[in-house]
Amino acid sequence: MNGAIYARRRRVNAAMLTLTAACAVLSASVLLAILGYIAWKGASSLSWAFLTNLPKPVGEAGGGIANAIVGSAKVVGLAGLIGIPVGVASGVYLAEYGRRGRFAFCVRYAADVMNGVPSIVIGLFAYALIVMPMKRFSALSGSVALALIMIPIVLRNTEEFLRLVPGTIREAALALGVPRWKVVLFVMVPTAGRGILTAALLALARVAGETAPLIFTAFGNRFWDDGMLNPIATLPHAIYNYAISPYEDWHRQAWAAALILMLFVLAINVAARLWLRPSAGAAH
Amino acid sequence: MTMKRHFDADLEDLRARLLRMGSLCEEMIHYAVKLVVERDESHLTAVEDWERQVNRLHIEIDDVCLTLIALHQPAAGDLRLIAAAIKINSDLERVGDQAVNIAETGVYLIKEPRIKLGDIPRMVEVAVGMLKDSLDAFSRGDVDLARDVIRRDDEEDHLKSQTFNELVHLMQRDASAIQRGMDVILIARNLERIADHATNIAEDVIFMVLGKDIRHGAEHREPEGPPATA
Amino acid sequence: MNPIMETSPAKPFVPSAAPAAKDRAVALSVRGLRAGYAGGANVLKGVSLDFRENEVTAIIGPSGCGKSTLIRCLNRMHEAIPGATCDGEILLGGRNALEIDPVLLRREVGMVFQRPNPFPTMSVFQNVAAGLVLNGERDRAKLAEVVEKSLRRAALWDEVKDKLDGPGVGLSGGQQQRLCIARALAVEPRILLMDEPCSALDPIATARIEELLVQIKDQLTVVIVTHNMQQAARVSARTAFMLMGELVEFGETQQMFTKPSDKRTEDYITGRFG
Repeated sequence: MNGAIYARRRRVNAAMLTLTAACAVLSASVLLAILGYIAWKGASSLSWAFLTNLPKPVGEAGGGIANAIVGSAKVVGLAGLIGIPVGVASGVYLAEYGRRGRFAFCVRYAADVMNGVPSIVIGLFAYALIVMPMKRFSALSGSVALALIMIPIVLRNTEEFLRLVPGTIREAALALGVPRWKVVLFVMVPTAGRGILTAALLALARVAGETAPLIFTAFGNRFWDDGMLNPIATLPHAIYNYAISPYEDWHRQAWAAALILMLFVLAINVAARLWLRPSAGAAH
Repeated sequence: MTMKRHFDADLEDLRARLLRMGSLCEEMIHYAVKLVVERDESHLTAVEDWERQVNRLHIEIDDVCLTLIALHQPAAGDLRLIAAAIKINSDLERVGDQAVNIAETGVYLIKEPRIKLGDIPRMVEVAVGMLKDSLDAFSRGDVDLARDVIRRDDEEDHLKSQTFNELVHLMQRDASAIQRGMDVILIARNLERIADHATNIAEDVIFMVLGKDIRHGAEHREPEGPPATA
Repeated sequence: MNPIMETSPAKPFVPSAAPAAKDRAVALSVRGLRAGYAGGANVLKGVSLDFRENEVTAIIGPSGCGKSTLIRCLNRMHEAIPGATCDGEILLGGRNALEIDPVLLRREVGMVFQRPNPFPTMSVFQNVAAGLVLNGERDRAKLAEVVEKSLRRAALWDEVKDKLDGPGVGLSGGQQQRLCIARALAVEPRILLMDEPCSALDPIATARIEELLVQIKDQLTVVIVTHNMQQAARVSARTAFMLMGELVEFGETQQMFTKPSDKRTEDYITGRFG
């Protein structure tokens, strides 16, 4: 009878809806739980002094993570300068000139594999490539390691966003009698520009939190750094060091540093998502 | 906001051609009658010349209408305009033929001794007036003028009957006048036919403007559509 | 005498979209064009026809007849598809278009596509100027002049003159297509190819574009591919009917739509094509 079947369908529908909603809530709440816990543990140790002081020896109060914040900025910044152009250019190549063909396929495959390589392995690679010949740890090697992690992310995203640009745009530009390279550089890339920049930002946010490769490349530093060719402190590394120490005071500092790092990553993510949303009036 | 279409230029051209044809017909009637009234055979050549032009326009206008239908798929008012144009074309060609007939009959008539023409001049006035007004109505899309033309047909029919009766009496009294009398009757008939064609044109104009087919007394049957711009 | 009699004898009827002179010069000449895509049989099987200057020539035919392939070979856009081949002759001013630099060719032979495709990151002004700017023109005054002229030719100036800096994609569909036409006209091509330019538009937008075609033909040559044969009847002077990669009939539009010579043409035009 139709009535009974319909009622049963509605019950099943309601049950499934509740179940899937609960899973969604669970997933979201994990993030909230992490943020909440870190905030709770770390907020009390946050202060202006904490943000602007150098680390103090054990036992002394008032230590800070100023050098780690600046160090992270420098290392991640340099990583971006290396990784983003290389990634974008490769992505452009793959999207525009390497649609088919074995070479393009290999590059794409390699990038996908690289995405899955553990970051500590990449760190080892940078160690062998830069630290060993230079015979010292340096910010440069840390940046190179991070750049190597960034490149596949930026590359694939650039390629995807370029592919999203309708082929009709390319056709229209070509039909105006514009050389191919100009079409790519001045029409296709700007059209995908928003997406590409967002991908770059997200890649930066991702590597900002990488710890393992920095342990034996940038190495860490309890003072201001001596330039990019010398060891340098970074935020995730500082968190690691403080967390594994036996000192209560340092544990608190670890929580506070973790909170700073989380806030930074969160801010970039939110900003990137907001920017990527099409503005009113533009039809995307 | 109504858009200017290149099709409108083509429709203007069509109208202009029809009006030119109408003017030629009017002249033909004038000169055919002049031939009779002034008893001057030389006017025949002019009438025949114009006949040739009218015939050429007849073919051209049909061709134009066909082309416009094929190329522009006209609808509503445009379609009625072209349909009316095809019919008016046909009526005008026959008016031309009637005018030639008057001229050719006139050539025989003027060889005979004079005969009183009676109502013929009045019939000419009415017929030419109706023709001119029906074409004016077409040009301006004037429904009231068209209706007026249709009303006047009664007068023309009446005049023709009068002429017919007078001449029959004349021919009964005087056998020598039979030849001339018959010629005048034929001319009266030609003029009456011209008035009929003008009436047809007026009916086509009403159809063109209102979308209402009033032929054969169908005036009160269909509802009117929105009047088309002429 | 009636004043109308004073005028000269009536001139023969010329539909306003029709060709004027029989001996009009040839703008583009196609000889024995064959084209195909990767791995398949030829889509075009040896097509030859002439496009005359200052006329609108329409190409009609059922889906798959090769009309889009033909028009894309004319400015070598087929080369954007990997594996597409095209040989034969396309003579433009004595040179074979298939042998010269495609970039230079496309500056003389412009194209407007089926779906309006203004550049999304550019304003109205930048869109129209794109062809010039991307080829190195920097003079702002000259750009402004060309943009206005092109927008006027595309019958769009009055609607956008106050929003030249607004986004190109913020216009309605019909306006976007006219924007694309203005963009194509800005590089002053000799020939404008149009690949079903109105099929994505509503009837009023279509009618406006058809009117503008009848006007711009005085300044350049237009070739339009359309699956709407009534559109071909309304705007073109000459029509080519294609079927399965071959040119079946090519003649004056007036003739084609009243008395076509080939039965296949007649069947297609009367909708008997099954």
